[in-house]
Amino acid sequence: MSQQQTRTFPARYDSLAAIDRFVADAAERAGFDSGAIYQVQLAVDEACSNIIEHAYGGEGRGVIECSRHIEDGDLRVVIRDYGQPFDPSTVPEPDVDADLEERTGGGLGLFFIRHIMDEVTFDFDIENGNVLTLVKRKESAC
Amino acid sequence: MEIATREFKRCAVIEVSGRIDSATAPELAETFNEFTGEGQYNLVLDMGDVDFISSAGLRVLIDTQKTCQRLNRGKLVLADVPEHIYEAFDLAGFVALFDFYDEQVEAVGGF
Repeated sequence: MSQQQTRTFPARYDSLAAIDRFVADAAERAGFDSGAIYQVQLAVDEACSNIIEHAYGGEGRGVIECSRHIEDGDLRVVIRDYGQPFDPSTVPEPDVDADLEERTGGGLGLFFIRHIMDEVTFDFDIENGNVLTLVKRKESAC
Repeated sequence: MEIATREFKRCAVIEVSGRIDSATAPELAETFNEFTGEGQYNLVLDMGDVDFISSAGLRVLIDTQKTCQRLNRGKLVLADVPEHIYEAFDLAGFVALFDFYDEQVEAVGGF
């Protein structure tokens, strides 16, 4: 799978399972171990959930374009939406050592994305929308 | 996601299979709320057949644990958690917030 493959999904929560299969299939072909495949699934699910909830402000208001590409054993997933621009620096890092009462569960999605992928890049422009690039390198995945 | 529930003398068991994500987490929350709404605050979540859980599911677990532990009236415990899910729990700092059991029967016996 040296060439890039792109698929477009309705921006709905019931698309998440299909997006999951699309990227997990690529991670399997890249030869990743089961833990790394799970991490890619988690990061992509969190990214797409955030797009539906925050960029589009709800279900059924746009599309999510997902591309997968394996190069030199590394997996690159590019996720594009055409919702509101997203500035990840506005999302505070959750305190994962806090007591139960202080936990809200907010910010965990972005926290997972940042901690389990090797490269995380957010881009936005009017024509191209929000573009999130996620890379899992073979060194951390096999 | 499929949910099956069983009630014991001292606790209720919720067995989940499949994916717990933004699409399905509300149904799990509803199941927990049915038990806590009836005054059952001792809950076992059996995750042996869960393939995947996202932060949407983790938020449900946090909210339910807060409800159960209020006034020391009970707790939500987790049984048979798959390895990759446990690793995500560990990363998120969840290991300190829940009791983990290898098997459902041990979790039920813990109440």
